[in-house]
Amino acid sequence: MSDRLSVFKTYKLYVGGKFPRSESGRVYEVTTRTSAAGAAGKDKWLANAPLSSRKDARDAVVAARKAFGGWSGATAYNRGQVLYRVAEMLEGRKGQFVREVADAEGLSKSKAAAEVEATIDRWVWYAGWTDKIAQVVGGGNPVAGPYFNLSSPEPTGVVAVLAPQESSFLGLVSVLAPVIATGNTAIVIASEKSPLPALSLGEVLATSDVPGGVVNVLSGRTAEIAAPLAAHQDVNAIDLAGADDVLAKELEIAAADNLKRVLRPQPVDDWTATPGIDRMTAFLETKTVWHPTGSLGASGSAY
Amino acid sequence: MASAFEYAPAPESRAVVDIAPSYGLFIDGEFTEAADGRVFKTVSPASEEVLSEIAQAGEADVDRAVKAARKAFEKWSALPGTERAKYLFRIARIVQERSRELAVLETLDNGKPIKETRDADLPLVAAHFFYYAGWADKLDHAGFGANPRPLGVAGQVIPWNFPLLMLAWKIAPALATGNTVVLKPAETTPLSALFFADICRQAGLPKGVVNILPGYGDTGAALVAHPDVNKVAFTGSTAVGKQIAKTVAGTRKKLTLELGGKGANIVFDDAPIDQAVEGIVNGIFFNQGQVCCAGSRLLVQESIQDELLDSLKRRLSTLRLGDPLDKNTDIGAINSEEQLTRITSLVERGEAEGAERWSPACELPTSGYWFAPTLFTNVTQAHTIARDEIFGPVLSVLSFRTPDEAVAKANNTQYGLSAGIWTEKGSRILAVANKLRAGVVWSNTFNKFDPTSPFGGYKESGFGREGGRHGLEAYLDV
Repeated sequence: MSDRLSVFKTYKLYVGGKFPRSESGRVYEVTTRTSAAGAAGKDKWLANAPLSSRKDARDAVVAARKAFGGWSGATAYNRGQVLYRVAEMLEGRKGQFVREVADAEGLSKSKAAAEVEATIDRWVWYAGWTDKIAQVVGGGNPVAGPYFNLSSPEPTGVVAVLAPQESSFLGLVSVLAPVIATGNTAIVIASEKSPLPALSLGEVLATSDVPGGVVNVLSGRTAEIAAPLAAHQDVNAIDLAGADDVLAKELEIAAADNLKRVLRPQPVDDWTATPGIDRMTAFLETKTVWHPTGSLGASGSAY
Repeated sequence: MASAFEYAPAPESRAVVDIAPSYGLFIDGEFTEAADGRVFKTVSPASEEVLSEIAQAGEADVDRAVKAARKAFEKWSALPGTERAKYLFRIARIVQERSRELAVLETLDNGKPIKETRDADLPLVAAHFFYYAGWADKLDHAGFGANPRPLGVAGQVIPWNFPLLMLAWKIAPALATGNTVVLKPAETTPLSALFFADICRQAGLPKGVVNILPGYGDTGAALVAHPDVNKVAFTGSTAVGKQIAKTVAGTRKKLTLELGGKGANIVFDDAPIDQAVEGIVNGIFFNQGQVCCAGSRLLVQESIQDELLDSLKRRLSTLRLGDPLDKNTDIGAINSEEQLTRITSLVERGEAEGAERWSPACELPTSGYWFAPTLFTNVTQAHTIARDEIFGPVLSVLSFRTPDEAVAKANNTQYGLSAGIWTEKGSRILAVANKLRAGVVWSNTFNKFDPTSPFGGYKESGFGREGGRHGLEAYLDV
């Protein structure tokens, strides 16, 4: 058997439906985590990932804003269909993700497979939420007067998501899917050490009917990319899942400048646990629309 | 020009309210002086008469009040919901019984017309306590899972435009969910909150569950920053809201903010003009325009602009400005000298930038703080008066041609609290309401409130909702 020289993959960002290199032209080395325990020098080089710049972050905001009208205006049924399509495509690429997650997190093949399956199931779970969340958290209000009013949830807008650092794929999807299921658009910063599954997810999204710009994936130094996003006047919300306490505080202060909605880092012991709806409602606004009804009943009309 | 039929004065009697010459802080069920003995005066904005001298809470008082609230939290949160409910029902009933007294008090301290305190503020205050009283023993059914937990001590800072109503919005859901409260009323309107303290005593509310700390911004800042406060709720300016968001950054304090607005009131060419005019007047001149959700930008379809403005000016000429205690008064006093200065300077800026100012013939009283109802035409989106919240009886008129243009202009603001739509076409109401980035949209009506209905902003108008089932979330560990 002759030794075949393998073809390396050039990982690229996913912004506005396209796959650009970083504007900065920088990359960084991504390695396995087999020696997470500490034996330095034993990590295997996996690939170079783009080291995103502030400009990449700003470009991603422009793409996410541009996509917001169409995505938030799509029917909830349509968004559910699109999200389910993502799950279908993930299932088809399961082998690739198992390999990438195993490398990224230093897991055995079987543990990585379980992780990827849980991730796909998580995506399916959120796909089913798109057309139900409004019924669960919205509703008609019994106003004391001749008015009808209705409270409905609406997406907040453009959401910056700092993906969890440890769970490179299940954690990523657990924070990303709820943001877009409800009609927001997202800029997600991949796990700094293990960005490859996130960058590959971009390829899946691009081929899954998800409109360009709805999800934008950046890799690089979390703190460096997050700072301009937290301070950006056209970003409406930020999920600090992937920030440590010091960075989270800094970003929360920056986010106050335009009163971004902030989801503080929540301790998550087990990403496979049923998530609940908090991650969806954190990025929803409630709009209450009033209208006079007149008061026919008060006039004593009979059936 | 004198009208053929003048109104005779119809003043409400002040005798129903007995204002003491001085009031203390309300901490742990007792009225007490401030630790450092500081006091400030509260005046009636309509006459500049000093109404009372109020103890001014400092940091030591904040600490004492938070400690009292923390101690009370243990028992209060452990009470069965039905018991908490009964306390809140009691409070609601006492508010109703004392509503004439409280309405007169509020009008004296705030300057708004008695017909507004009597017919809007007080009924809503009672309604909020009734509404949230009923939730206290039904929290398992509120949609936040079984047995949702209270957060602990709530630090609440409220503004001067609806002193007692904002207190009700904050205290009713906090108590219903089992939290205890330290509330700071605004320095220009502390009286109704102190009367509310007395209502808590009448209702037999356990000591320390509600604490009232009058003071200025530094008192509020100390309360917000106190390490043993678990929840911060603020209604007020966007600038202060941002400061508070920075203060609580990196802590576990839950935060809700109800901030400023620059509401668009959109009138389409098929709208019933007379009703729209009433809605516009109600939208911007209710409470002298000192309303965060005021419809301060009138967007009128170009084809009816002249007709609408004629009607509007005619209507404004019939508004009666003067003694807030007169039952026929439509426009009362501006809440403070400081606020009057702010309104005046923004209006001068509007003129300097080229907008056209108009007010009806209107005689202003010689003492007190007054501003005539004002409207500006020839306003562009770049004008300061179209962008900044004025928080006074000042309406900026802009025009549009298509629904898309109306939506674009309405959304062209950092704020996102309220909006109005006037049209007979149902599909247009729904389509436009859908596209507006505002937390409350009134169609063919304006400035309607109800305790069952969530209220709150998009964008820089703040986050979180007050009212309804949604209002509970701010006070629960969910």
